[in-house]
Amino acid sequence: MASTPAAPAVAPSLVDTLFQRSLNDLVKSLRADRSAAGEAAAVARALSEIHREIRAPDAATKSVALQKLTHLSSLHFAPVGSHPLAFPAIELLASPHLPHKRLAYLAASLSLHPASLSLLPLATHQLHKDLSPSSAGAAHQQHLSALALQLLASPAAAAAPDLPAHLAHDLVPHLARGSPRAIAAAARVIAASPSAAVPVLFKPLAACLASPDPRASTAAAAAFCDLSAPPADATPFLPLALDLYNLLTTSRSNWALIKVLKVFARLAPLEPRLAARIVDPVCQLLTRSSAMSLTFECIRTVLTALPAHDAAVRLAIGKAKEFVAADDDPNLRYLGLLALGMLGPAYASTVNDCRDAIAKSLGDADTNIRQEALHLIMGMVNENNIMDIAGMLISHVAKSDPEFANDILGAVLAACGHNVYEMVVDFDWYVSLLADMARTLHCAQGDEIGRQLVDVGLRVLDARPELVRSARTLLIDPALLGNHFLFPVLSAAAWVSGEYVDLTKDPVELVEALLQPRTSLLPISVRAVYIHAVFKVITWCFSVYVGRLGDSGMAVDVIFDRLAADQTVGSESNVALGSGEEQDIGASTVRKDPFSHESILYMINLIQTTVGPLINCNEVEVQERAHNLIGFVHLVREIQELNKRKVADGDKPSRLEELVKTMRTVFCQELGPVSVNAQMKVATPDGLILNENLVELAGIVSEDDTTPSTSIFFYPCSRHSVDTRDEPAVSIGSSSLSEHRKRHGLFYLQTGKTEDEPNDYPQANDSLPSSSNSSVNDDKLKTAELVFAGKKSTSTKSRPKVVKLDTEDFLSSMMPSANVPKEDPLSGALRDVLLGSDAKALSSQRASDINLEGMLNKTSSNESSSQQIDNLGSHPASRSSSRTSKQQNHDKEKGTNPPESDGKEPRKHRSSGRSGHRQGKHKHREKSSTQPDTIPQAPVIQDFLL
Amino acid sequence: MIQAVMVISTQAKPRLLKFYNFQAPEKHQDLVRSVFQLLSASPDSVSNFVKVDTIFGPGTKMVYKHLATLYFVFVFDSSENELAMLDLVQVFVEILDRCFKNVCELDIVFNFNKLHTILDEMILGGQVIETSSEQVVKYVEEIERLEKQSSTTSFIPKSITERFTR
Repeated sequence: MASTPAAPAVAPSLVDTLFQRSLNDLVKSLRADRSAAGEAAAVARALSEIHREIRAPDAATKSVALQKLTHLSSLHFAPVGSHPLAFPAIELLASPHLPHKRLAYLAASLSLHPASLSLLPLATHQLHKDLSPSSAGAAHQQHLSALALQLLASPAAAAAPDLPAHLAHDLVPHLARGSPRAIAAAARVIAASPSAAVPVLFKPLAACLASPDPRASTAAAAAFCDLSAPPADATPFLPLALDLYNLLTTSRSNWALIKVLKVFARLAPLEPRLAARIVDPVCQLLTRSSAMSLTFECIRTVLTALPAHDAAVRLAIGKAKEFVAADDDPNLRYLGLLALGMLGPAYASTVNDCRDAIAKSLGDADTNIRQEALHLIMGMVNENNIMDIAGMLISHVAKSDPEFANDILGAVLAACGHNVYEMVVDFDWYVSLLADMARTLHCAQGDEIGRQLVDVGLRVLDARPELVRSARTLLIDPALLGNHFLFPVLSAAAWVSGEYVDLTKDPVELVEALLQPRTSLLPISVRAVYIHAVFKVITWCFSVYVGRLGDSGMAVDVIFDRLAADQTVGSESNVALGSGEEQDIGASTVRKDPFSHESILYMINLIQTTVGPLINCNEVEVQERAHNLIGFVHLVREIQELNKRKVADGDKPSRLEELVKTMRTVFCQELGPVSVNAQMKVATPDGLILNENLVELAGIVSEDDTTPSTSIFFYPCSRHSVDTRDEPAVSIGSSSLSEHRKRHGLFYLQTGKTEDEPNDYPQANDSLPSSSNSSVNDDKLKTAELVFAGKKSTSTKSRPKVVKLDTEDFLSSMMPSANVPKEDPLSGALRDVLLGSDAKALSSQRASDINLEGMLNKTSSNESSSQQIDNLGSHPASRSSSRTSKQQNHDKEKGTNPPESDGKEPRKHRSSGRSGHRQGKHKHREKSSTQPDTIPQAPVIQDFLL
Repeated sequence: MIQAVMVISTQAKPRLLKFYNFQAPEKHQDLVRSVFQLLSASPDSVSNFVKVDTIFGPGTKMVYKHLATLYFVFVFDSSENELAMLDLVQVFVEILDRCFKNVCELDIVFNFNKLHTILDEMILGGQVIETSSEQVVKYVEEIERLEKQSSTTSFIPKSITERFTR
């Protein structure tokens, strides 16, 4: 009696059995409350009920519970532990009652879990029994074996290692009967445990291929197709080729033919004679078959496995084109494009023939079709048609949805930028294309466009005029400033405009564009680039202006007086310079001549009104650059005042001239691409102990460059130093260095323009332009020219020179290394920094640098210039400028700059000029200690860093 | 081979799930969800093939048919022909239509077992074993007949008869 109270809680009561809910009841209850919470509650209630019912000794109760549990776990993802489900299922497998047995098999095949595999051996005997002939009726028996085969082929059974081993023999009689079910199950069993099943099952299965029963042969072909699928090796199935061939020529079942074709597509590459045998039947099927599925399979087989049979390929391409032209069926269009995409490059021209159809598919409503068409079109791009194709694609961008528009833009950018723009011949076109891309409606590829704009500017001298034009159109459009995707593009445009300002037509307009009110929408980093670009522009304008003054011998005094007068106005009002009327006059007159006095004045005023407030900006990047710019503007006026009071009148123009020229020189150095490897190989200088680090570097220097370079950054090299250089090459004679240059030398693509080009461009990598070396360089260039000469013959417009680094160029491996001496970018960089090419670059500027230094000193020491200090707020100009120069000097002394995101911050690399006085000193010392070795000795380094 | 057969309602509820490659049960819900995202993202009257490499592994595609409130989805690998699979979906729908006389979503909701029976007559272990709708309908009717024959023998559960005879 004591045990009875516990019993009802565990064991199901009679009431449970009589009023058990059926699966339909359960489904109804689940549908009663469709909210997620309601459903979860219903599932939980049902699960607790099932857990009780499933322990019932009665098979009927148990089976209904099992059925409900199967349903819940399959469609409602009920977190059913595997055992509660698996065990009753296996119990019920043995039920003599067919519906129970079916439920059990279904539950087992759906829900058996590797965790419950320990239970599966319990089923082995039952499976064996159900697979074997019994006394029951034929129909009944067939049904039982079908159930058993179902379980045997289920994924759960495939995971059980010994089940196939035990049951493989039971399959053999069914295979002999040619039961498609048994054939399919045998395929799964073989796939699951080949070692145990192949000896028993392979032969009977192969025999089914030759079976007169089409259902058996079809199933067998499907089974072998499945077994030979990659990643499996198809070689073991070669002996079946004869049976498969018979099937190919005699079968009338499309299913069988498709499978046979698939197997042959895998076998043909393994056995050369096979292709010749099957090509005829395949072509016959291709021409005769009315079933699209079979036709498509034939096309696929021909294009992937029989590429050597030209007639067959052409036939297949013709059919594929029919698919592409199927207007009413997007599936056929998609598959047609898919088929054309399988063609190798040998048939690119054939694909080209149906370019119109493919281009039409770009406008298809179907994403698949569009993607496939884009893929195909990008596959047929070459240097002759890239302009057509890119133009056509960009015209599609406007019509496409945002996602696909950016897919197109990305594809075009990737194709054109591939291997340093190898397919682009006309860079003027490409630059304007880049600008057009940036202006397309959904453009989100700003980063890449900006990168390429700068990159093209650095690498392609001839593209710069167009680049500046395109940059102008981007900068003057106020609408673009609101699009955050375009910030990188605008940053690049501003940088390009500032860097190549001497190519600009209207600097006043440029300054206006760079300082327009909406620039406040830009992020800090881009604003800093804008301000710096203004600095470059104004410096250039001044240099032209001063140059003209000198030429024409105009009455300089008057102009300077006005400049000074304006200055006083500006400092008094402290906000806006000049009256509105005056500015209007300025704006109208400056248009005529950007270098007139009025223009300069107008620009200065504009700068002071717009950049002036930014010196109080709380972002250091912007603040620093605003200080630099305002400091320069003040400096120009300051000199004028100094001159007025202290210096003889004759000095005024020369002072100003010196200052402006100096500043101009600072920005005149050529920037070029540098292999990122050079950077990677230099250890971080933070807190470095020089001797140790350089010893490490020496080890690295002797290694080969293996890492591919993907991006660039800048370092300065002297363009204008060539004429004034007066010292001999410091260290070029050293043997290890020249060895390095031989191995890692750089070359440039030449198009026959070498003679016209200034010899000093590009020197980004060939950074030691010593006179003793220049003839060697010429030879190098010519060698490269010869190598590339043949490639350019077709293009009407000769391709401009594109600066290319050795690590970026896979062609370098094809070049005879003896003819093209290579230069390690690292050794170049090291040499620059440590051994004086940098100092040499400076040498030309040394005189003016010292002058500048003198000026700076005067400015900061002279108390009479207190006006300026007031204007600059809490940071005196002298302090800010010396601070900047120090910081930049520090950057320089690191030798190589940290890898930067492509030109966003070109400022740092210019430090050599601006911080001239310090480096000038270094140079003096260095000259006395000439080091003929790549591995610099400690004393030299200490000079640089201490 | 066929990797999976799914019937999913336009409300994202699975109505039939059958995986022919092992997929951990706890992953089923995620699979259904990601497939449904693809389905609902694709407009009507576009091609019925979607690459599902990211969901079912390399080389897999799915073909679907959108009928009334249901999506019929077959996932398959490189051993199957795309258009043949599209036909197979059509065959499956036809069979359902014949078995249920104008099939609707409710038929599918309330006939869990029969749905599996039909599917198992068409596909075994990811291999297509029967493509003729007449044959499948015939087999399914045969099975129902056999089941009825078997169940007429005991209307009352054995446990109840046992209790009453005790």
